[in-house]
Amino acid sequence: MNLLHVENLRVDLNSGNEQLPIIDRLSLRMSEGETLGIVGESGSGKSMFAMAIMGLLSPKMTMQADYINLDGEDLMKLSEQDRQHYISSKAAIIFQDPKSSLNPCFRISSQLYETISAHSLTTHKTRKTRAIELLDSVGINYPEKILGLYPHQLSGGMNQRVAIAIALACKPRLLIADEPTTALDVTIQVQILDLIVKLNKTENVSVILITHDFALLSKNTDKIGVIYSGQLMEHAATKNILKSPKHPYTKALLNSIPQLGKRHTKGSRLSALSGHIPAINALPVGCRLGPRCPSAEKQCVKPVRLISLPNHGKVRCHLVAVEKPLNKESDHMLDNLQSYIEQ
Amino acid sequence: MPLLRVENLSKNYLVTRRLLGPSTLIKANQKINLTLESGKTLAIVGESGSGKTTLARQIIGIEKPSEGSVWLDGQEMSFKNKLDRKKRFKNIRMIFQNPYESLNPQVRIGESLEQTLRINTKLSSKQRKQKVIKTLQKVGLQQEHQYRYPHMFSGGQRQRVAIARAIILEPRIIIADEPLSALDVSIQAQILNLLQSLQEEMGISFIFISHDLNVVEHIADTIMIMYQGRVVEYGNVSQIFDEPLHPYTQALFASTPVYRSRFPQFLPKTSKRNQLSNFSGCVFAERCAYFEGKCELNNPQLVSTDNNYQIACFRFE
Repeated sequence: MNLLHVENLRVDLNSGNEQLPIIDRLSLRMSEGETLGIVGESGSGKSMFAMAIMGLLSPKMTMQADYINLDGEDLMKLSEQDRQHYISSKAAIIFQDPKSSLNPCFRISSQLYETISAHSLTTHKTRKTRAIELLDSVGINYPEKILGLYPHQLSGGMNQRVAIAIALACKPRLLIADEPTTALDVTIQVQILDLIVKLNKTENVSVILITHDFALLSKNTDKIGVIYSGQLMEHAATKNILKSPKHPYTKALLNSIPQLGKRHTKGSRLSALSGHIPAINALPVGCRLGPRCPSAEKQCVKPVRLISLPNHGKVRCHLVAVEKPLNKESDHMLDNLQSYIEQ
Repeated sequence: MPLLRVENLSKNYLVTRRLLGPSTLIKANQKINLTLESGKTLAIVGESGSGKTTLARQIIGIEKPSEGSVWLDGQEMSFKNKLDRKKRFKNIRMIFQNPYESLNPQVRIGESLEQTLRINTKLSSKQRKQKVIKTLQKVGLQQEHQYRYPHMFSGGQRQRVAIARAIILEPRIIIADEPLSALDVSIQAQILNLLQSLQEEMGISFIFISHDLNVVEHIADTIMIMYQGRVVEYGNVSQIFDEPLHPYTQALFASTPVYRSRFPQFLPKTSKRNQLSNFSGCVFAERCAYFEGKCELNNPQLVSTDNNYQIACFRFE
């Protein structure tokens, strides 16, 4: 069964008399217990997608969709108030920087209690046991002690664990993690990711993991969606994306990571995608990757739709549609991917 | 003769937590030795708080070392002597992590670059202007970009400007302090390629501070791994990437997805002890997978096992 089914989601930024599309007709399905990775550069709209599902968009933005089905209920049909209530009982989000997502003025206890009492009728005693239980489930060693502390007294990794505990307070079916490890140290990163993967297994929470780091997704996700400039470019199983990426953008992203464990000859270069992501008020005609795409052709100035490929997933590219082999510089890349999969 | 030699460099900070309260000594760097040959790249790896940036700031001369010396071209660079400072600033340049903060928002890019030349060289105004244009082109920007302000550039372009400012004096050494971590993945590759081609073209040596092992393996010749102000392992990239020996290095490798299966048992525990406490043992003892009784009592010395390879661990003494 689908836990989340988004059809034609569109988010616009109202600037003056213009409407700028931040997310453009994005459709996505996610089944129960799945871990979905969303990758893209900054400005591609991946965080906006998360915000739109959580109903946290700023008033400057408008959201339209055919439907957003979250755990059997269409969010678009609910009134504003019902929607907020429904979402907060079904989904939770953790942000990039735990220091700024926790309130520095309140103790951990009151921040946890607030969320716990918002979702169930509690007495002081049950609230405390629940809080301790939550902190325990995210791997915090002395939960009773931590409850009395302020966020600045904890390390970044601990703060992120607390943020996850708060997110879990509503017993969510869906946990959205928006770059949860970017602000943390390398060695702490693994611990937080492991925790999220563990929660996915033990608590049966589905996870959307938003990041720009392919390496993180390779181990921890079932499916990957690649977003560029507000459009879904490729959506397929992690295995397929890493083994045989179809979209030039996915390839370019994978190629731009230096590969660990493979000795580089001195002077070898990475194949970098030239230029940068287009501004939303100056989108290119046709395929949005067009001007940056290494294998662009004449037809790429025509608009392109998301196509289903058998045995792969969905891809938005003219060149894949006509079953033409993409350009040949993929040797390095294939090796690169192979090693991700083998490990 | 190596281009840069650092001998027993240490930096201590006195920290007072309360007004008139007791002050404690933080050892940010402890007796660090390193050499850098011309045209080579040294990578310094470690987690935040390990003293990487403090070391860089001492090498370039904006932080006074508590102990030890920095030698450039076989000549000791004193911290106080004006001529030495000038020579050091001219030959060692720095690129900072965040290009959004390292450029003055009120000054046009061209002026920013020209100022560096005005202070450090005797070029005429015309020559300076030409040099600015040439340098901008070298880093992949255009001539007309010199009239723009920093906010008109994207992150990748700003980092290019920061690089231009570093190379405009044709330095011998560039210290790049996490130059990629504020950038997008696709832009990271562009900047990395640029740094590599500049190194080949101009023969610059790099000190590359990073915590990203993929990048380090791609660009470095030697690698130095730091933990809480001490060097724990130092050697050639091929040597260390083939067989990391120090438990902390192994822990770092274990936290990358690719190497994870090779060292599954070394996932580090979180450290409970903070840097302030007085502690005579090995800095890594508490998180170490091979912990023994003596690790808590004495600090292992950095020993060379063979040429150019050093490790600080009792298991290899």
